[in-house]
Amino acid sequence: MARFTVNGTPVNINVTPTMPLLWAIREHVGLTGTKYGCGVAACGACTVHLDGAPVRSCVIPVAAAEGKQVTTIEGLASGGTLHKVQKAWVEHEVPQCGYCQAGMIMAVAALLKDKPKPTDADINAAITNICRCGTFQQVREAIHAAAKA
Amino acid sequence: MITTPKVSRRTFVIGSAAVGSGLALGLKIPFGPGVVRAQDGSPEINAWVVIRPDDTVVIRVARSEMGQGTITGLAQMVTEELECDWSKVTTEYPTPGQSVKRKRVWGDFSTGGSRGIRMSHEYVRQGGAVARTMLVQAAANGWGVPVAECSVASSVITHKPTGRTTTYGKVAEAAAKLTPPDKVPLKDPKEWKIIGKSVKRLDTLEKVTGARVYGFDLKLPGMLTATIKDCPVFGGTVKSFEADKVKGMPGVRHVLPVGGSAVAVVANTYWEAKTALDALPIVWDEGANAKVSSATIAAMCTEGLSAEQAFVNNKNGDAKAALAGATKKIEAVYSYPFQNHAPMEPMNATAKYTPDRCEVWVPTQNGEAAFAATLTASGLPADKCEVYKINLGGGFGRRGAFHDYVTQAVLIAKQIPGTPVKLLWSREEDMLHGKYHPVMHAKLTGGLDASGNLTGLHLRLSGQSILTAVFPQMLQNGMDFLTFQGLHASGDFGIGYTVPNLLIDHAMRNTHVPPGFWRGVNINQNAIFLECFMDELAHAAGQDPLEFRRKLMTNHPKHLAVLNAVAARAGWGKPAPRGVFRGLAQMKAFASYVAACAEISVTDGNKVKVHRIVCATDPGYAVNPAQIERQIAGSFVYGLSALFMEECTVKDGRIEQTNFHDYDSMRIRQMPKVESIVMPSGGFWGGVGEPTICVAAPAVLNAFFAATGKRIRSVPLKNHGLTLV
Repeated sequence: MARFTVNGTPVNINVTPTMPLLWAIREHVGLTGTKYGCGVAACGACTVHLDGAPVRSCVIPVAAAEGKQVTTIEGLASGGTLHKVQKAWVEHEVPQCGYCQAGMIMAVAALLKDKPKPTDADINAAITNICRCGTFQQVREAIHAAAKA
Repeated sequence: MITTPKVSRRTFVIGSAAVGSGLALGLKIPFGPGVVRAQDGSPEINAWVVIRPDDTVVIRVARSEMGQGTITGLAQMVTEELECDWSKVTTEYPTPGQSVKRKRVWGDFSTGGSRGIRMSHEYVRQGGAVARTMLVQAAANGWGVPVAECSVASSVITHKPTGRTTTYGKVAEAAAKLTPPDKVPLKDPKEWKIIGKSVKRLDTLEKVTGARVYGFDLKLPGMLTATIKDCPVFGGTVKSFEADKVKGMPGVRHVLPVGGSAVAVVANTYWEAKTALDALPIVWDEGANAKVSSATIAAMCTEGLSAEQAFVNNKNGDAKAALAGATKKIEAVYSYPFQNHAPMEPMNATAKYTPDRCEVWVPTQNGEAAFAATLTASGLPADKCEVYKINLGGGFGRRGAFHDYVTQAVLIAKQIPGTPVKLLWSREEDMLHGKYHPVMHAKLTGGLDASGNLTGLHLRLSGQSILTAVFPQMLQNGMDFLTFQGLHASGDFGIGYTVPNLLIDHAMRNTHVPPGFWRGVNINQNAIFLECFMDELAHAAGQDPLEFRRKLMTNHPKHLAVLNAVAARAGWGKPAPRGVFRGLAQMKAFASYVAACAEISVTDGNKVKVHRIVCATDPGYAVNPAQIERQIAGSFVYGLSALFMEECTVKDGRIEQTNFHDYDSMRIRQMPKVESIVMPSGGFWGGVGEPTICVAAPAVLNAFFAATGKRIRSVPLKNHGLTLV
């Protein structure tokens, strides 16, 4: 059994404690915005917030989320209003295929909470997600735009 | 360059059984009377255009959107001729099964070779123009006035003498009953209003909310999830596996052989399937290929560099005689490795099979090729099969000509009739079973006269042919002309230099590693070979690399124009910032002219910082410049990742790299500033997604020589102890 909240809703699922949080979210909670890319915490596509901190959910056992608050891309907007990072992403047309972008956006949202006006160096240090389409130029623009919003 | 698969064109029973989501029900248009309707009942004006009563325009296109923006670009082109309200445009995919039934009315589904726009522009604009003509005619008929008295703008039709207006939504029913005109004149490009504008792409919002459904995310009622291991040695087979060892594990439903070379575990969830598959004892019959290694492949390619026999593709004068008589002879050997596409979304497909019907949901660059794979694997005829295209998490060529994952999914589903099965590959499976960028070596020999003029050039390629493995019917007397992309005498991949004595040939040396079309295909290595060697020749001649090239490019004004553009913007010939060095490259590929100037610095002898790349492209026409700029910057991420980090090595017949920890990809900290110059000169249609990828690597390598005096002639640079910082 695992008990935690996802986007504010308590969940109680019967899974093995070693199952990665990613698969609990995707296959048991049923939210598929969080993506599988590598399974070894190398790419960041699976990034979610665990008690507000960004984690790569593909290597976090579901047991580590016990009693904690998980936020996924589906829970980033509040009350139908996009988060400022999502707004900047739309305005700057960041996504190409879009598959990695949920993880990218979650990583950026966590960065901006930690550092509301990040420098390029802050961005370089904090955002290590892989994007094979290569959206980094727009990602950087959009982060600075979101920081000003 | 991917051909259309041969699919059986049977006679079809007209009916609704095969209708997929959002598609026309009737099947008679364009060859008979009657209104064809979309699933919501809205009339279809023609195959391209459905108009709803609220004036929403649904534009249907066959090409796949995988991030490159082609759906938005194609919708812009239909809209241009249709004269509809862009804010009310939406898009949908027809299915391959529908297309076959309607005599391929939507044209080619294949979305590769940078063809999405450049090979569709004529018929999609025609589709829009025909629909507009019918809508205006319907309005004129309704008013009982001559059509010449009517005008249209933004979905509103006006009868000019009386000022009466109506909208597309109101006349769509009547328009759909009209006989379409055969052909309608298209606008002069000078009249374009939406083609050429950087309108926002149509598919962004759902990508930032997590709502977009990719193949990996598909859910169907009663669905099971499978994952698979194919024999790690290409060409090997399954000798045995011990299903009993894992059948009792949580969630496991089936342990199944797949096609002789693979084993799949089918479970309630992916994690359960993967856990069981990892625990499943499998014995492989690896076969003779298990003896192959990167060293044996390299030895084979090296032998080809001096082999007597080779396919000659581009020849003028007598290169060998010119080289023999040259004042100065320069020779260099280059090589390029196998590389995996590694799209962020690993391969997957979902299949449901019954003896009467096989349906497949798959992220694919070519719905028709997926359909052909479905027919073959299911053994069912075309009228009993359908493929639904799901959003792709990247393609880059992996999901175009190859549908091995579709074949596997259908073969699994056939063993569990009636149950939908979603087959998901792990990243490890994706790394071990790619369709790899082919391995290629090259020996270049150039001759200079006493004045430093290039008198002869021999470029010998030695390595793998993609066509031989994938489309052997396209070989020309055994020659793979694609191997010479960027080096052809003329055409979409024509070389930009006139050399008095030239010989470009290929010693084909094929391996057991399956090759594929990898973003840019063979221009990746050919641009490095040609453009780095041009730099070597310029250096040997004691000339500036730009001036040396210009002398050879006087017959190639469009190649020269993009090169001059980047040189001017980058400030070539003027001092660079302290510690920064520049390098150039140019090429023509997929009918577009491209050039780049890279600015780099090197610290501690091995840390390479790419500060800026100025890139120019002349694609003939630029449908959406903002999306072109994104494709350029994105292509450099793919190309520079390949240059610095990516190599698939072979040991004991299998690929050694298994995930992103040993097959790395660029991060944002390594991203240079990319400045794009989009300079369409008109009169032709060139590609966008791929051409620019090839100029990043040679521009950086030439800048590296300028910085260090060292020539790097093999990829990736990590093998030379160099890191991208």
